[in-house]
Amino acid sequence: MEYLHSLSLVVPELILTVSGLIMVLFAAWGGAAASRAVSIACCVALGGAFALVAPSVCAGASGLETIAFFGQVRADAFAGFAKLLIYAAAGAALVVSSAYFEKRGAMRPEFPVLILFSALGASVMVSATDLIALYIGLELQSLAAYVLAAYLRDDDKSAEAGLKYFVLGALASGILLFGISLIYGFTGSTAFDAINVAMADGLSGGELFGLVFVLSAMAFKISAVPFHMWTPDVYEGAPTPVTMFFASAPKVAAVALLARLSLEAFGSQTAAWQQIVTFAALASIVVGALGAIGQENLKRLLAYSSINNVGFILIGLATASAAGAASMLLYLLFYVAMTVGSFVGLLLLRDADGNQLETFGDIKGLSTTRPALAWCLLAIMFSLAGIPPLMGFYAKLVVFQAAVEADLLPLAAIGIAASVIGAFYYLKFIKVMFFDEPVDRVQGKADTWHWVLLALSVLVISPLAWLATGWLGNLADLAAASLFIAG
Amino acid sequence: MSGFPILSVMLLVPLLGAVACFKASASAARTIALVATLVDLALGIVLWANFDIGGDQWQFTERASLFAGFQWALGIDGIALMLIMLSVFLMPICILASHSIEKRVGEYMAAFLFMEVLMIGTFAAQDLFLFYILFEAGLIPMYLIIGIWGGVDRIYASYKFFLYTLLGSVLMFIAMLWMANTAGTTDIPTLMAYDFAPSAQTWLWLAFFASFAVKMPMWPVHTWLPAAHVQAPTAGSVILAGVLLKLGGYGFIRFSLPMFPEASAQFVWLVWGLSMAAVVITSLIALVQHDMKKLIAYSSVAHMAIVTIGLFSFNTQGLDGAMIVMLSHGLVSGALFLCVGVIYDRLHTREIDRYGGLSINMPKYALFFLLFTMASIGLPGTSGFVGEFLSLGGIYQVNSWVAFVCTTGIILGAAYMLYLYRRIAFGEQKNADAAAMPDLNAREWAMLAPIAAAVLWMGVYPESFMAPMRNDIALLEARISRAQPASDARLVTGEAAPAAAEEEAAAHGGAH
Repeated sequence: MEYLHSLSLVVPELILTVSGLIMVLFAAWGGAAASRAVSIACCVALGGAFALVAPSVCAGASGLETIAFFGQVRADAFAGFAKLLIYAAAGAALVVSSAYFEKRGAMRPEFPVLILFSALGASVMVSATDLIALYIGLELQSLAAYVLAAYLRDDDKSAEAGLKYFVLGALASGILLFGISLIYGFTGSTAFDAINVAMADGLSGGELFGLVFVLSAMAFKISAVPFHMWTPDVYEGAPTPVTMFFASAPKVAAVALLARLSLEAFGSQTAAWQQIVTFAALASIVVGALGAIGQENLKRLLAYSSINNVGFILIGLATASAAGAASMLLYLLFYVAMTVGSFVGLLLLRDADGNQLETFGDIKGLSTTRPALAWCLLAIMFSLAGIPPLMGFYAKLVVFQAAVEADLLPLAAIGIAASVIGAFYYLKFIKVMFFDEPVDRVQGKADTWHWVLLALSVLVISPLAWLATGWLGNLADLAAASLFIAG
Repeated sequence: MSGFPILSVMLLVPLLGAVACFKASASAARTIALVATLVDLALGIVLWANFDIGGDQWQFTERASLFAGFQWALGIDGIALMLIMLSVFLMPICILASHSIEKRVGEYMAAFLFMEVLMIGTFAAQDLFLFYILFEAGLIPMYLIIGIWGGVDRIYASYKFFLYTLLGSVLMFIAMLWMANTAGTTDIPTLMAYDFAPSAQTWLWLAFFASFAVKMPMWPVHTWLPAAHVQAPTAGSVILAGVLLKLGGYGFIRFSLPMFPEASAQFVWLVWGLSMAAVVITSLIALVQHDMKKLIAYSSVAHMAIVTIGLFSFNTQGLDGAMIVMLSHGLVSGALFLCVGVIYDRLHTREIDRYGGLSINMPKYALFFLLFTMASIGLPGTSGFVGEFLSLGGIYQVNSWVAFVCTTGIILGAAYMLYLYRRIAFGEQKNADAAAMPDLNAREWAMLAPIAAAVLWMGVYPESFMAPMRNDIALLEARISRAQPASDARLVTGEAAPAAAEEEAAAHGGAH
């Protein structure tokens, strides 16, 4: 019975696993010809998993019923909320990748399968309530991601991105394992709730070291300063659809995992990690903003922008409160929409031969030659800068509201003042598109699906979405509450 | 009118207009924009006509719980009514003044109509966060207006405008979050009656000051204004000077004073000092300008300092004066920018030396220009006089030195405005091309005549404008009187006046 109950809780993951394995067989025998069919099948699998997770999020699943496999994973509303974002982002990556790789003659069926496995790993990460399950999920997600980064084998930059990502990722995994072993050694358990209890009587030196190592490894995964150095290179080198995936699904998973780890496993020692998170938050905001200023390449710019955004999300975590966790989820939601939107916008920048354009010089005066695309990008950039009435502002509002409620006024004040630096380079994006003389390099045609995705993302961040804030806020509150109602 | 959501409709009309303009052709966009703004003007007149003077403090209120954590809450008092009227009055004129815009007309008109939505919404918002959203969203259309349709240095000006005002506002945002958390409500009328602890007020006041001082703009954070004005198209300057600058003053009167009276009193020296510096320094700067728009921009800073002086005199007279200066400056500086626009359209230069003797070939233009010049100086009979007299009268009751320094602004104002007028309208016609310019056409008449009428009306019978605000100013005065700074005049009533006080008062009086 217990196993049956556990299995019923992980049905979405099972669907992804089984369909992933079947797709591997298809890929092996079908060859390149099967790639489109495999893509569509993977999208369907993700859609199915999405549909299965959605009810538990709406119902705010929490408590003992959500624990599976004797406390290895938990399928609560918090995990569910993150999973919805992961599946949506992975699906979006699949939708835009076909056209991109077919143009380069590199579309093979293993690409959608890798995305699927990476999403599966991410899905395990967000529901993990045990350090071992956490590590398995993380590695499954990362291994697929290393391959994805180097997917364009004959492209030097892509190969370099894959190698950099792998070497540094492996280092981070090593740090993580070392931290896990310390924590296991000093607390005697790998389960989050047992660690929490063991740490409640004060933090021993070994536990503190373990905690710092684990958090450092997580900081690498979410590309928070000072472990962010790989991000611009990998984001620039990886194929654009893959970059879009990296900036969304794995990041959501790592952030959600970090939140669960900090609030559940280390929940009894918030003071120990709060200062680390506070430092990482402010450093990410400032470095992300300053680093972006000199960039000419749009993908690098968006890489710094994602570092900057992670800083704001970490402000939510630094509050160590339910409101903070809810604000992180809301921020992630709009962050995913903005990320997908901005990368789809980049993918639509093609010259007459279908080559991708990715520097500021190419989008000069885009608003006169391609007004629809330019206005969509304008909305996304103002949203990223956090200018009302766009939803990027709402994301910042909830995060800073949580910070103020937790009496972290200096953090809030410095964080928001630093966001003005970030506004500078988002403005540059708009300035180049709207104020400069047109160069008319963007010529390529785009298929409908790109436009559908772009329109959807813009709709999510448009002022219309204010009307949904009541509903979304409620969902996020329920999800965050499920973290704090320990089973 | 009860039940009809007139404020929401006033927001909806230009919003729909903006959407329609977006894709429309140039001539269609001009028509749509003009119609939308005229409809809003008509709605504004209905609003004023139905405003019950002496009735409830908040009228035309609307409430709808649409969002998480805050409400769609609208409502106006007399102060907001007057500023909304100023906005809807100037908007059709701005649309007419945009005749010379040829580039991307649809998007231009859409930006202006969107701007109108945000301005009316800011004045009508009764929820803290709703106010902030509308207040801050104005950056987007203004950034585009300056950046796309501006002059040579438009990019520098647009960045400066955007980043300056954003930095000011985000700190206010944190303060708002703290207030909402502490008071447990985001309802502005409730917050206006809420007593924050005096120690907290200090920080909150400073955070709000950071935003409003930049928007106002007060010296020394005014430097974005000349840059933005010079580069903005004529209509952009009119909106910037006419309405956007009023957001700062409105913020002081709606937030800083009633919500933090003790802190306002505590920082009164700061406001006075900056205002005195602004009046003298920016007036002197205006005196040496060669660019007409820059000159008027600096004069705006000086006038706004008179507003802050009036606001922070803590008495009815000063508050009344500050409001009238805001309305008057909205009309007059808007009109002056229009006057500059009229000759700029003909000669495409703002260099003062390129003109001269225009009263010979453009007598009607020279007449209007003279009227607005005089109104800017504050000649009795024009709106400028009423406002400046009341403001300075208000501050004189509290501090005669501040009044003394600020009154020099009137003299300096006369100096730079008359000097400007002499160089443009009088003297020889030294430039042949300037001498050949035709006089006002019908469109320009339609722009300038209504403003001239309003300026004279406000100057001759200001009661029409002060009556709706009287109750609100009285309430505000009652709210802040407990923190009123002591007057340096040390008025003594009754017969038993000690001799020493008399002597000192005499000595003080003698100083002037």
